[in-house]
Amino acid sequence: MEQVGVNYFLEFTYLIASVLFILGLKGLSHPESARRGMFMAEAGMAAAVFGTLFHHDIHVYEWIILGLVAGSIIGALMAIWVPMTAMPQRTALSHAFGAIAAALVGIAEYTLHGGATMPGFTRGALGFEVMLGALTTTGSLIAAGKLQGVVRGTPVQFKGQQVLNLVLFGSMVGCFIYTIIHPEASLFFYAMAGLGFLFGVMLVIPIGSADMPVVMSLLNSYAGLAAAATGFVLGNNVLIIAGTLDGFSGLILSILMCKAMNRSITNVLFGGFGAVHHEAGPGATGEMREISLDDAAVRLAYASKVVFVPGYGLATAQAQHAVRDLASALEERGVTVKYGIHPVAGRMPGHMNVLLAEANVPYGDLYEMEQINPEFPTTDVAVVVGANDVVNPDARDNPDSPIAGMPILEVDKAKSVIVLKRGQGRGFSGLENPLFFKPVTSMLYGDAKSSLAQLAQEVKNV
Amino acid sequence: MQSINPAVLIASLYVFALAAFLGYQVISRVPPLLHTPLMSATNAISGISLIGSLVIAGMNKVDFHALASGGTAAKPSVATLLGFVAVTTATINVVGGFGITDRMLKMFQQRKNVKGGSK
Repeated sequence: MEQVGVNYFLEFTYLIASVLFILGLKGLSHPESARRGMFMAEAGMAAAVFGTLFHHDIHVYEWIILGLVAGSIIGALMAIWVPMTAMPQRTALSHAFGAIAAALVGIAEYTLHGGATMPGFTRGALGFEVMLGALTTTGSLIAAGKLQGVVRGTPVQFKGQQVLNLVLFGSMVGCFIYTIIHPEASLFFYAMAGLGFLFGVMLVIPIGSADMPVVMSLLNSYAGLAAAATGFVLGNNVLIIAGTLDGFSGLILSILMCKAMNRSITNVLFGGFGAVHHEAGPGATGEMREISLDDAAVRLAYASKVVFVPGYGLATAQAQHAVRDLASALEERGVTVKYGIHPVAGRMPGHMNVLLAEANVPYGDLYEMEQINPEFPTTDVAVVVGANDVVNPDARDNPDSPIAGMPILEVDKAKSVIVLKRGQGRGFSGLENPLFFKPVTSMLYGDAKSSLAQLAQEVKNV
Repeated sequence: MQSINPAVLIASLYVFALAAFLGYQVISRVPPLLHTPLMSATNAISGISLIGSLVIAGMNKVDFHALASGGTAAKPSVATLLGFVAVTTATINVVGGFGITDRMLKMFQQRKNVKGGSK
């Protein structure tokens, strides 16, 4: 009788958690309500965890306490110490953690009950959970390694790679189906898990760094769906709800990122962008005009509207504060300053916004591509900081370009453009950028951070 | 082989379908400005798989299925260990995910000195 009461209590905390999660995500529709929303989600999580501690199957608390304490310490340290520029790596790592938790719960369930005692549907959900969990774990680890620079960022490709991947995927799914039909075949279950781990590696190594926003979103989606599958295995609704929310969030972001690159998901996964195209068309030629710091400062100081266009180079140079300082110096002179953010600028969705927010740029000054593009013709100076493909006019003008059709920030329509660039080399995608050769464009070579700092100083002295 | 209670299965599928629909509605309203916090927030929320790992890590070492089939006590302890690792990684996601989301959201602020409606 008492047990029934406990069960009701448990289910009630799960219901509360589900509602609070949804309200929390709803809060994210505006920066003003976002923090309050997250507090609700945190309360929901606390309620669900607290309720679970009274679960009738829990008899031993040592391991639980150890895991909770260890996880909390590591999690808190990560939350405090990870710099904003390393946010993509951290997020990739957390996809891996979420996915391995799902995979391990699945494997543990299997070792506890064995396939034979489970209903067919549960076995299917379990297989799905372990498969997705396994491939997301290793895939995310490789992605995190690429972003951190531990693993080579350029696509790793070899002959017969796609065939090998297809064979791996086929055998994994084959094992999955076999375990559904033959519940006692535990060997195939573990083979499926192993193939999943292997397939995750093979899936991500051929993908270049520039495509990371899509990969991150997809892995996000997989991790969520693995959690939802866990919910089906355990018959737990809050797991299904939270996992599905995560899965769909990742899916929506993947679609948005693909649209922003005018490519399909299959093209990103199997295209190996950044390695295959050797010479696309004649390539832009001509002379790049260099501009001196002094001239650049004068041009900026006497402008009436300046638009900054940041890219991944801003993150690698850690130049977000320097941009903000220059912008403040300009604003003090009465210059209107705006920021144009391309959806795939950086290595994950919204990467640039977070960096600029960290440098105290008010979010009202951050403009999306569709909002800022009509403003370029009235912009005196567009300053491109470490961005390349997202401002490449070839995407619009040259149908033979590998990035043809990708929507871009049309900085070349501004009255003048200053491109901050480390050297004369090509960007991450290895594409030539005709923007650099246009008459309106001037190049300012050097480390973005120090160039911006010097510009800010010069502007103050003008 | 047991068969699953069809009512439970159908209810689960209802929950899944409705959550998918709701998720689509709620998440399409999140502006690109907040896409990074969104990703870390959903990540933290899906750390709810913690509750599944808690049960496995805290299960009694006496497993009835294993006992009935004359199994050894080693099997459940493998599960306990896997559960422990899962509790740890899921907790890292929950604590780290919510922590870092809050740190990011704190940074998004509106212009303080009000000079004209900046929107």
